Amino acid sequence: MRYCGLLSFGHGAYFATGAYSVGLLCMYFPEHFSFELAIAAALASSFVVSALFGFLCVRNTRIFFSILSLALSMLIFAILYKAYYYTGGSDGIRIAIPTFFGHEFEGMRRIHFLLGPYYYILLGGFVISVLLMLAIVNSPLGKALQATRDSELRAEMIGIRVRRYRWYGFVISGIFTGLAGALWSFVNGHITPEISDWVFSGEIVYMVLLGGFMVFEGPIVGALLFTYLKLYAITVTEYWMLIIGGTLVFLVLLLPGGVTGGIQSLYRLLIRGSPELRNSSEG
Amino acid sequence: MLEVSEIVKSFGMTRVILGVSFTIEPGEIVSLVGPNGAGKTTLINLISGHLFPDSGRIALSGKDITSASPYRRIKRGIVRNFQVTQLFEELTVLDNVRNCIFSRNGQLRRFLRPADSYKEATGEAMEILELFNLAQFRDETGGGLSEGDKKVLDTAMAFALKSQFLLLDEPTSGVATADKFKVMDIIIDAIKDTGTATLIIEHDMDIVRDYTQRVMVLNQGLILANGTPDDVMSDKEVQETLFGVSNQDAS
Repeated sequence: MRYCGLLSFGHGAYFATGAYSVGLLCMYFPEHFSFELAIAAALASSFVVSALFGFLCVRNTRIFFSILSLALSMLIFAILYKAYYYTGGSDGIRIAIPTFFGHEFEGMRRIHFLLGPYYYILLGGFVISVLLMLAIVNSPLGKALQATRDSELRAEMIGIRVRRYRWYGFVISGIFTGLAGALWSFVNGHITPEISDWVFSGEIVYMVLLGGFMVFEGPIVGALLFTYLKLYAITVTEYWMLIIGGTLVFLVLLLPGGVTGGIQSLYRLLIRGSPELRNSSEG
Repeated sequence: MLEVSEIVKSFGMTRVILGVSFTIEPGEIVSLVGPNGAGKTTLINLISGHLFPDSGRIALSGKDITSASPYRRIKRGIVRNFQVTQLFEELTVLDNVRNCIFSRNGQLRRFLRPADSYKEATGEAMEILELFNLAQFRDETGGGLSEGDKKVLDTAMAFALKSQFLLLDEPTSGVATADKFKVMDIIIDAIKDTGTATLIIEHDMDIVRDYTQRVMVLNQGLILANGTPDDVMSDKEVQETLFGVSNQDAS
């Protein structure tokens, strides 16, 4: 969503939609539980949910947009949590090992499945997603989305229907998040409503802030760093949240562009040595 | 042809436009002058659809557009710029103009193929940049340009939409005095080539005289004078309104 200039605090909702599509498929149609079908279901359901929520959210901007997206994601959380009969409530759903285009991994233990074939599936999924996102960012649609971010007024004036394009951006982002949720559900092997909680959405926002939201690769770097930081912090101290929170304060105050933004301005500083850029990276 | 007839607009108790009528023929370049608060920008907003008149009628080529949304009017061919430049500051200069062309061609929804691979749109964008002397900045971001160049880019973007009717709200404000004529030369040459009807709000009387065929003077919500620059400038009442009584002799 960074290309639309809007901050969503509710991306846990689409992550959960993706994951629960897999989960429900596994629970109710175990005989049809294949990887490709599960992914298709996740993409379709996250498309529907993000289209619906996006339709409501894009009517607002800035903090109102963030709060509304947060509220709607908590709605998903409540549904997943309360509908015990269908979703297992707080117990969640166990995810079996799926078939992959007819190939069965019967008798394989999850750890071996994850370290072996699934690792490559995941890597493939990641590469395809990144390439697809990169293509969208550089396409006319991507440019139009960035245009609505830079100047809503001008975008209207050259004939871009700003709300509609925000909606497109929202849905694209929702679908990718849904895909992430689905892929993750196989890794974890168990899903609970917590993934639609605002804490989880907050973690996504944190990753983006850490990595830097002005550079395409930023969120990827952020996600990697966050995962290592969290693991490291948990092993060192039980007050790991303090470390996470501390780095967040540090980031917001000193590195508003995140890690990649910092590297970028450092790079520019070395190349050009322009005092103007020095000021902007410090300030 | 743009026809504005008897439009009235009030904001609460303040009456801003008190029954203004005029027409602008295809290909005509008209300037709109008047003291601060005369209602010039309000008039532009009424024509572009950002405000709706309380009464009166606006028609383009005989079709009533009085209550059409700004989006509809753009599709019909009324395009404007803004007094305060509105650019896509983080996109490159090329992308700023190319977005306008994609929008005009209805290609904005395309994804997957990179924008650079649309050779026709890119080529046309470069032509427009060359026309407006901005080609050397194609890879700079919009926000990185000087104030004067920003203003030119702003006009180039309005121009790229190839409208029938162009509304320019102070296209040279913020441009250094020495460059004003150069900027106007570029803009007017480009407009004349395409025969776009244009309404320009301008404060500089030299520019009005040199570049526009007709001038309308707006004062306190009414059109005070409407004619060739020389006729209008020699009008005593106009001189009093625009320059104040004390300057009467000087002009």
